[in-house]
Amino acid sequence: MIFSKHLMIIFGGALFGFGLAYSGAAVPEVVLSFLRLEDFGLALVIGGALIVTMIAFQFLPRLIPTPLLGGTFKKAAKLPISKWNIMGASVFGVGWGLTGLCPGTSFAAIGMGNWPVLAGIVGMFVGAYLYGILRNRGLAGIE
Amino acid sequence: MESLLPLGISHYLLGGLLVGLGIAVVYLMTGLVAGVSTTFTSTWSFLPGRATSFFKREKFVASRTWRLSLVSGLMLGGLAYLLFVNAGEATITSLSPGRLFVGGLLVGIGTRMAAGCPSGHGITGNAMLEKSSVVSTITFLVVGIAVALLTQSIF
Repeated sequence: MIFSKHLMIIFGGALFGFGLAYSGAAVPEVVLSFLRLEDFGLALVIGGALIVTMIAFQFLPRLIPTPLLGGTFKKAAKLPISKWNIMGASVFGVGWGLTGLCPGTSFAAIGMGNWPVLAGIVGMFVGAYLYGILRNRGLAGIE
Repeated sequence: MESLLPLGISHYLLGGLLVGLGIAVVYLMTGLVAGVSTTFTSTWSFLPGRATSFFKREKFVASRTWRLSLVSGLMLGGLAYLLFVNAGEATITSLSPGRLFVGGLLVGIGTRMAAGCPSGHGITGNAMLEKSSVVSTITFLVVGIAVALLTQSIF
């Protein structure tokens, strides 16, 4: 992939990460206060992000033929609902409810100097590795 | 409203809009959809191994470098907040590293099994009106709230 694409992905990722930090979503305690129904702010974060993303995904492919740096606009995969969505989201929900960590917010948290979250990121890499091993041993799944 | 949003509204909303803007910039420039959790699988494809391994699937090998750029950007964004908004004061969690590791382990297994996380299903998948993302999002919200409420009194 060309260098300018990587630069724009890093720039977009930085806006994404700054937004997570600024909103408080990258602070595990703020996420836990949402999940404990004490502060509904996280719904505004997800709602705000969802509105902008939805407009971009729906309208950009109609306004311009290709992305500005080339390639094609990725479209919805229209995957059927699978039992793996429900089982996986449930396992994730347990980890999320225990710690308030999710993948995107954990990386932003490291940038904010929240070094204990590194233990969570190591856990995520180990968890994804274990899942890959299960797939190699014949477990079925989505991807 | 005050009881539902004790810390106010504006920082939540502005932060969320910036998250969406970042995802929109990546899509406008490259056409790629900025989900995060696939990184945990695609990065393992750098290790040597059998070509038939799950980690060596084309979708992981083809996306493994730009996904590392994306998570670098996420960390840089957090760093910009630390330096320019929080005057260099780190935000340190009071949760123990052991609890964070165990939670992370479940996050890693679960997001890969569901093929998405709050960014991949909750934001980008729902924005693409994917049925499987709507179901995944409702599931992790319900389970996350139940677990957080149940463990509140224990931890």
